[in-house]
Amino acid sequence: MPKTIFEYSSEGRHGVNLPEREIDIPLGEMFDSKQLREKDARLPQVSKLEVMRHYVGLSSLNHFIEKGMYPLGSCTMKYNPKIHDLIAKHTCFANLHPLQPESTIQGALELMYELQNDLAEISGMANVTLQPSAGAQGEYTGIKIIAQYHKAKGNTHKTKIIIPDSAHGTNPATCRLVGYDVVELKSDENGRCDINQLRELVDENTAGFMLTNPSTLGLFETQIEEIAEILHSVDALIYMDGANLNALLGICQPGKNGFDIIHFNLHKTFSTPHGGGGPGAGPVGVVEKLLPYLPVPMVAKNDEGYFLDYSHQESSIGKIHSFYGNFGVLVRAYVYIKMLGGKGLRRASENAIINANYIMAHLKNYYHIQHPEHCMHEFVADSSWQKSKYGVNTLDIAKRLLDKGFHAPTVYFPLIIPEAMMIEPTETESLETLDMFIQAMIEIAKEAEENPALLHEAPISTPVRRVDDVRAVKELDPIFKIEG
Amino acid sequence: MPYIPNTDRDRQAMFAKIGVKDFCELIAAIPEKFRLKDELKLDKPMTELEITNKIQSQTCRNTCTQTANSFLGAGVYDHFIPAAVDAIISRPEFLTAYTPYQAEVSQGTLQFIYEYQTMICELTGMEIANASMYDGASAVAEAVLMAVRKNKKNKALLPGTLNPTFVDIIRSYTEGIGVELVTIPMKDGVTDLDALKELMNEDVGSVVVQNPNYFGNLEDVDAISEITHSQKGALLIACVNPISLAILKTPGDYNADIVVGEGQALGNGQSFGGPLFGFFATKLDMARQMPGRIVGGTLDAEGKRAYALTLQAREQHIRRAKATSNICSNQSLCTLAATVYLSLMGREGLKEAAIQSAQKAHYLASEFVKIDGISMRYPSAKFYNEFVIQTACDAQTLVDKLAPYGIYAGVVLGKNELMLAVTEKKSKAAIDDFVNRVKEACHA
Repeated sequence: MPKTIFEYSSEGRHGVNLPEREIDIPLGEMFDSKQLREKDARLPQVSKLEVMRHYVGLSSLNHFIEKGMYPLGSCTMKYNPKIHDLIAKHTCFANLHPLQPESTIQGALELMYELQNDLAEISGMANVTLQPSAGAQGEYTGIKIIAQYHKAKGNTHKTKIIIPDSAHGTNPATCRLVGYDVVELKSDENGRCDINQLRELVDENTAGFMLTNPSTLGLFETQIEEIAEILHSVDALIYMDGANLNALLGICQPGKNGFDIIHFNLHKTFSTPHGGGGPGAGPVGVVEKLLPYLPVPMVAKNDEGYFLDYSHQESSIGKIHSFYGNFGVLVRAYVYIKMLGGKGLRRASENAIINANYIMAHLKNYYHIQHPEHCMHEFVADSSWQKSKYGVNTLDIAKRLLDKGFHAPTVYFPLIIPEAMMIEPTETESLETLDMFIQAMIEIAKEAEENPALLHEAPISTPVRRVDDVRAVKELDPIFKIEG
Repeated sequence: MPYIPNTDRDRQAMFAKIGVKDFCELIAAIPEKFRLKDELKLDKPMTELEITNKIQSQTCRNTCTQTANSFLGAGVYDHFIPAAVDAIISRPEFLTAYTPYQAEVSQGTLQFIYEYQTMICELTGMEIANASMYDGASAVAEAVLMAVRKNKKNKALLPGTLNPTFVDIIRSYTEGIGVELVTIPMKDGVTDLDALKELMNEDVGSVVVQNPNYFGNLEDVDAISEITHSQKGALLIACVNPISLAILKTPGDYNADIVVGEGQALGNGQSFGGPLFGFFATKLDMARQMPGRIVGGTLDAEGKRAYALTLQAREQHIRRAKATSNICSNQSLCTLAATVYLSLMGREGLKEAAIQSAQKAHYLASEFVKIDGISMRYPSAKFYNEFVIQTACDAQTLVDKLAPYGIYAGVVLGKNELMLAVTEKKSKAAIDDFVNRVKEACHA
């Protein structure tokens, strides 16, 4: 591996010059000596070119969308258009302070107002808050809204939220954070919610139900109408985890199908870049009866123009973000929606679904698929055949895919499928790329049969070989030991 | 269709392979009544040229801080950002990469996070840092939750000098598990030490200090730390401004247990208040209670140095309902900007930015107090680059009068209170112009 930036450090070097001091007040006049740092922070002392070479060098070690496909289930790694970045960096967006006078931020507010409306239309919800910074914070916002709704109605006995066993880990973690007990619902033999068990679990103490639709098995929850009836009969609310919304754009509107709350992952469905782990954005939409509980402020409009609306402060769950959310991410999603329009969004979902089914049709003879019916935008295969016959597991297959220029699928998730490989190609991959991916997966199935040792050793052509993450825990090394 | 390569002809070939005659057959699982009959009611699709023109008309109605003379702060600051920062964070290798779960093809991301963690620890005097939280507000809220996990005490003391939005978000995050929040009164713009002493008892799990505090004033951090730690097991959470730490005493120096703060000032634009990022650091013995992703050094199968996400058993994708936090996506790219920024500024550069920011703020304050009708709201307190003035005239009226000149005079805190921030970017001429305008406005 390359050296760390600290190892390039040489006394007296620097990458930036600030203008000379126009005002020179001695530190001692501004501060008491006991308020000052005794020893300088040992930041690197390097030239600009060294900094550029170092980070450009590091960047070359990454897989990224423009390099190759990411078949990552439930992560929706689609192409991120460059016009989005250009617009988000426009000086009159990038250099706005959040507390400027309202008359000087009308363009930014208009954009947010339109995005609220567009996301409301896409989801069939009454309105949408743009504040949450990520999907998990969207979940947090949604579950807080559930709590606030019950509080307002005097439903003090509501203590639990039901979550299917196929759900993302953020769902139960979020419910605990808000103070709810989590009750797990089993999936039935069709990979859908077990309705009979749901009937047993739902009672007067049920505050809500979190459902990912389509599920992490890539299956649409066909019984959503019945599910909604069961939950609503005890005044519980239904939350839709929108991680898989890329399957539904222009195909159905969750807000009109029984769901009360939904979060969007703008960094998945609406094509904003993942940034190596963020920032994303997790706006939340709600039906009419939940509008009073949305975070403050919302963006609203009157005769004089757009404004930050705090009028429902009393009933609201309050603020979620320091200001108004990840604005730079919102700009990108806004541009995406404006460029695709209703027709384009529908086409995106259609092709995402077709692409997933095309891969599944090719792989079903090579890998076990628990639910081989037509899938939505993703499906779950597994390595149970390879494991039982040749001792090759999903991790081996995932690592071998790296050798072949592809990122791995989402692996070992959902938890209900042993050795799971969750595959989501997205609509931005061409038929030719899908064929190459299929070819790679078939080759690996053959390698498992003929040369399993090769797979255990994979990857062999990546910047580093298989990384020892057990050692990373046992011999914890979270920071570089700087000398001097 | 933009970004969607497969044509109708491709689709037909794919339908044949799948064994369906059309798209509708693929979505047979969706009940007929739930399927949309009409197209979504959105604007008709725009081309790149059309959207660019539309945005141009929108941005024209914004006046950004590059053309205005802004003294706004309150958590988001307009510091200088070297061009090389954008050059690095715009590289698709970083920008469009996924979370580095597949370590073998993510060493670039993993190593910069490791370097970032090191820099945050170096600035704060801590031993371990995570890869980021959403913003300073959620970072301090998660710190309070971590303290509860650590010492099982459900009471936290929050200073009256803490950013009020941080207080709101701490309240929101801790409500669910029933943490009792008590406000420590302030006196002369800083935490009232006597009041803190009285509030300390064995139920207190954590004490928060913001330094510089919301009003820009420096707290007596040594005394606050001593009072906090006089109660066995109580943890001190320090919420700090990262650039100030180039010159100010580190939280490690005053024995803070958890250190958090808003990181935007490190190489990230103001971007209308987001994306921001929260940094989060602590001592090694509390590593397993931390929220968020952490990168650690390790070896690959050939014994070569490599990096990987570590201590993942704390996180939601493994521990689910028992995770230390629900956070998944964080603000990774913002921390890359911070890492490159800190590398470029270096030891001396960051110090210079901190010193010049403080000097220019002190110069502005010294000019202000010469104006009849303006005084320092907290004259006895030392401040860093932000301070509060008391205005004889109505503060909001003053702000409104200056806005037409392209001056954002500051954040109105009360009828006669205005808070102003200054960074190294501000020229003496811009400060002098501001002071003259204020003089006119006050005496008009």
